[in-house]
Amino acid sequence: MQEDEPTGGDVNAVIQIAEEKKKQQRDSWSARLTSLAETRDKAEFAAIYGYFAPRVKSYIVRLGMPLATAEEVAQEAMLSVWRKAHLFNSTKASASTWIFTLARNLCIDRMRREKAVEYELPEEEPDPDQRDMAEHSVLEERMQVAIASLPESQAQVLHLSYYEGKSHSEIADQLGIPLGSVKSRLRLAFSKLKAHWGEEE
Amino acid sequence: MNIRHHFDDATLMAYASGSLPKGMALLVACHLHWCPECRERVRQAEAVGGALLEQIEPQAMPDNALQQLMARLDDDMAAEVSSLVSPALLPEGVPAPLHHYIRGSLDDLPWKRLGYGVHHVDLNLGGKGTTRLLKIAPGVSVPHHTHTGNELTLILRGSYSDEIGRFSAGDVADLDGEVHHQPIVDTDQDCICLIATDSPLKFTGLMGRLVQPFIGM
Ligand SMILES: [Zn+2]
Repeated sequence: MQEDEPTGGDVNAVIQIAEEKKKQQRDSWSARLTSLAETRDKAEFAAIYGYFAPRVKSYIVRLGMPLATAEEVAQEAMLSVWRKAHLFNSTKASASTWIFTLARNLCIDRMRREKAVEYELPEEEPDPDQRDMAEHSVLEERMQVAIASLPESQAQVLHLSYYEGKSHSEIADQLGIPLGSVKSRLRLAFSKLKAHWGEEE
Repeated sequence: MNIRHHFDDATLMAYASGSLPKGMALLVACHLHWCPECRERVRQAEAVGGALLEQIEPQAMPDNALQQLMARLDDDMAAEVSSLVSPALLPEGVPAPLHHYIRGSLDDLPWKRLGYGVHHVDLNLGGKGTTRLLKIAPGVSVPHHTHTGNELTLILRGSYSDEIGRFSAGDVADLDGEVHHQPIVDTDQDCICLIATDSPLKFTGLMGRLVQPFIGM
């Protein structure tokens, strides 16, 4: 792990404002997804759909899928949200992170025509990771602001990787920079984001 | 398992973003099966994806899309069966994601001889690059080679040493084009590892020129 960099006061101020603004929303999506698992309330699902489906669609379109396929895969992702709601664990991920991983895996399945490789441990084996992640949505909120404060060159490789699904070699080719530079930009970006992630500990 | 060598952050970000080639993603999943530290880092890298999903410009779904999906909520969902195997049932040195492909013990694989003291099994995953299991006998060294792209190695059994350090079961070597190395098996046990690349390896030196056409790496 790399050393955390000192963070600027201006960034912290922006974080505070953004946190206030989105506090209600943040609390709601993870909490509502958690309750959906118990209530199986379809009206609640419709609300979650209304917020996330257009975002998931936008993400899939950016990955380069044709519009019709993107809409189809977005529907599948939202159906997974309904079916797998009982697997959502708000101490491990926020609602948006969990839905991101569902959509990502479905896209991989589509593009490779087979299932994405799973790494989750089987239920009977407790995850040896003892870290308390109860505040996951708070951490993600900080990360969002931190992403916005990244230098352009780092934000660019982050976007190409996450939004467009480009491999490091493809990014290197597209930007005309060495593979090593792509990786070092990603490493720098990640260490900055992790610094925000760890701030409360 | 005492793991000392982990992935580069950039590799875990590629995994979390879904942009790693299949064989490399398989190898990462195998290490994650054993390594809580990298699992936590992947969780952070996935949260970057979640934060980006929040920031993305939404694109409206078609008018009737919600209605159509609501009609499917009560469908039978019997197809949702996990393919994961209980850890107690896994053969020694085989993490669950790899078990999905080889379905058995490392000792029972159809190993093919590559050269003196070196055997391999190609997982034939297709796509760019190669994914194979390599079994190297004690004292044998893999020819000097450099990498044009990325190469990931996960040790499943035994150990080897190279210019970077000592690698034993659970450890990963996460190398790119700048590294030039020559691993040697350093115990009296075979070293078995999973190797995934996103482009062909390039061997250097006389030994490399002799071996490369033969093994077709
Ligand atoms: Zn690790």
